[in-house]
Amino acid sequence: MSILIDKDTKVVVQGITGAEGTFHTERMLEYGTNVVAGVTPGKGGQTHLNVPVFNTVAEAVADTSANASAIFVPPYFAADAIMESAEAGIDLVVSITEGIPTFDMIKVKRYIKEKGCLLIGPNTPGIISPGKCKIGIMPGYIHTQGSIGIISRSGTLTYEAVQQVSLLGYGQSTAIGIGGDPIVGLQYIDLLEMFKADSDTEAVILIGEIGGTAEEEAAEYIQKEFPKPVVSFIAGQTAPPGRRMGHAGAIIAGGKGTAKEKMEALETAGVFVAKSPADIGNKIKEALS
Amino acid sequence: MKIHEFQAKQIISKFGVPIPRGEVTDSPSEVFNIAENIGPKVVVKAQIHAGGRGKGGGVKLANNPIDAKKIAGEILGMTLITHQTGPEGKLVKKVLVEEALDIDKELYIGIVIDRAQEAPVVMASSEGGVEIEKVAAETPELIYKEYVNPSIGFQVFQARKLAFQLGLKGDTLKQAIKFLMNLYKAFEATDASLAEINPLLITKQGDVLALDAKMNFDDNALLRHPNIKEMRDLDEEDPLEVEASQFDLNYIKLDGSVGCMVNGAGLAMATMDIIKYSGGMPANFLDVGGGVSEEAVKNAFRILISDEDVKAALINIFGGIVRCDLVAKGIVNAAKELNLKIPMVVRLEGTNADIGKKILEDSGLAFYSAVSMKEAAEKVVPLVQQ
Repeated sequence: MSILIDKDTKVVVQGITGAEGTFHTERMLEYGTNVVAGVTPGKGGQTHLNVPVFNTVAEAVADTSANASAIFVPPYFAADAIMESAEAGIDLVVSITEGIPTFDMIKVKRYIKEKGCLLIGPNTPGIISPGKCKIGIMPGYIHTQGSIGIISRSGTLTYEAVQQVSLLGYGQSTAIGIGGDPIVGLQYIDLLEMFKADSDTEAVILIGEIGGTAEEEAAEYIQKEFPKPVVSFIAGQTAPPGRRMGHAGAIIAGGKGTAKEKMEALETAGVFVAKSPADIGNKIKEALS
Repeated sequence: MKIHEFQAKQIISKFGVPIPRGEVTDSPSEVFNIAENIGPKVVVKAQIHAGGRGKGGGVKLANNPIDAKKIAGEILGMTLITHQTGPEGKLVKKVLVEEALDIDKELYIGIVIDRAQEAPVVMASSEGGVEIEKVAAETPELIYKEYVNPSIGFQVFQARKLAFQLGLKGDTLKQAIKFLMNLYKAFEATDASLAEINPLLITKQGDVLALDAKMNFDDNALLRHPNIKEMRDLDEEDPLEVEASQFDLNYIKLDGSVGCMVNGAGLAMATMDIIKYSGGMPANFLDVGGGVSEEAVKNAFRILISDEDVKAALINIFGGIVRCDLVAKGIVNAAKELNLKIPMVVRLEGTNADIGKKILEDSGLAFYSAVSMKEAAEKVVPLVQQ
C-alpha cells in the first residue's frame, strides 16, 4: 500500500503547455503516472504530449474523472489554480509552484477546507509512491518500492534521504515534500496519521528545518499517538537567527524555530534524531533493528 | 523585505493611522529648518533598518532648532551599533525629525502572520517601548491577541476588545479602535509580514499616535506592490547578497571559511551542518536553485570567491533530473573563466554522475571529487586548515 496516491490516481496537470509543465509531465508519463488531462485556458481541445487539454479543470474532471491535480502555473496565478481544482471536486492538489504570496495561501487554505480538498505544497517537489505514481518533479529512478514513509519540508535533501535509504536496501511506501513555505497544505501530523493507518509503512523519516513550530507539534503527536519508529533530521543547525535560509518558511524569528528546540522535542518524543544529514539511513537501520 | 521607519510611517499614514508631524532628511541644516517649522522641541531619529537605535545613541531629543542641527550633525554619518546591527554597525545616512510629544503612556501593537493558526494576528500590550520578545517570554499574559478570519478581515469588535484590554477610555478608546482598524488595512493591503508600532503613544491630551513604526513585507508579493518594492534600500544589505539576489541566487554570508554551493535550500542548510560536524565552519549559505543552470553556477562562483574568508569550497549538487555531466561542464567552464584558485571538493549525484566526475578530473583544475556528503565534508575541512 501507499498513502494518498497509487496506480488508480488520475492526474490533471494545470499549466501543462508551459515549459515546466511540459518537461515534468513528460517525466511523469515516463514514470507511469496516469496523466489523463491538462489544463491551459484558451488551449482547450488541443492535445499536448498525447494528453487532452481543457480550458477549465471542471471540464477536465467531467471528461476524464481526474481526481488529483499538479500545479505548474506561475506564483501569482497559483492560488486561483488551486481553488479551481478544489471547486471542480479534485481530491488532492499538488502545488509545485514556488513563490506564492502568503496572504493568497491563507485564503486558499480556508477555501479548500470548505471543499474537502487536500493540498500538498506549495513549493514542494511533490509526492511519489514508488512504482505506482509520481506527481511532482523528483527524479523517479532514485526511489524504490518499500516500507519507509518520508515527509519533508525540503526538495533535494529529501532525495538525499531517499537515496541513503534505497542504498541500504530499504524502499519507500510514499515520499512527500510538504513544502518550504510558511503556510502549506498537508502537514506532518496529517501525513503521520495516514502512515499510521498504512499497513505497508513500517517506519517514517521526518525531515524538518528551522522556522515555525511544525516539528514540535509533530513530536507531541508522535509521543502520544504514533506507534511506528520515526527517524528525523533537522536542517539549519548552523543557520543564523533572523535570516531567511532560501525557503520562505526557514527563518528563526524572535528566538523561535531553532533546530536545537526541534531536535530536543523530537528526541523527547522517542524519535531517532540524526545530527548529521549523512546518518539518516543509518538511523533507519538502528530504528528497525 | 525591510524598510525604514519613515517609509513605514508614510505607508500607514496613507491608511489613516496618525503619526507625529515630521520630515526626513540627510542634511543638518535642513534639520534646523524642519525643527523651526514643527518644533521648537524635536526628536532626531537615525534611519537604519536595525532596532535598538535609542540605546545605541541614534535617537535624541533636541530643545531647539540649533540643538537639533548639532545633534543631527552627530548622528548623520555615525556608525550606529545596536544589538541588531552586529559589531560592525550601520552607517546613518538619513534622520527623521519629528515633533516632541508629551507622553502619558507607551503601548504596543503588532500584526504578524501566525503560522500555526494560519491567520493574521493582531497583538496589543500595555508594555510598550520595550522588546516584545521579552514581554512574551516573561509575562505572556500581558499580550492580548485577536486572530483574523482571512475571509472577512479584522472586525471592529476585535479592535474594541483589544482597546478595552489596554485599559483605554473615552475619546482615546475611540481613536485606538480606529488606529487598529486602519493599521490592519495597511497590513493586508500591502501584503506585509509585520506591522509593529512600538511604542504606540498616548499623549497627555489623550491622543493616539504611532511613535515608531516598523513594517516588513512578503518578498513573494512584492511584484504586485511596485511602490513598496522601490523602497528597498540596498545600502542596508550585504553587497554580495544584493548581487546574488539580482541573479535569483539565495546567498547569505556567514563567518566560516568553507564556501558552499548547493542546489536546494534544505540540502544547502544540511551541507552547512555537515561541514560543522566535520570540524569546519561554513562561509555562506548558497542555493543555486533546483535547475542548476550553467549561468547560475558561474554567478554563484563569482559571489562565492568574492568573499576573502573562503579558503576552500564544497560543491554539493544532487542532480536528480538535472544531468550531472552538464553541471560538471558548467563548473569547469566557470572555474576556468573566473580563474579559480581555491581548492574545491565536488560531490555530484544523480543522472550521469560518473561522466560528470570524469569531466572534473580531466579538467586539470584543483577539484577533489567525493561520493557522499560526508566524504565531501571530510575532504574539504583539511583543505581550509592548510
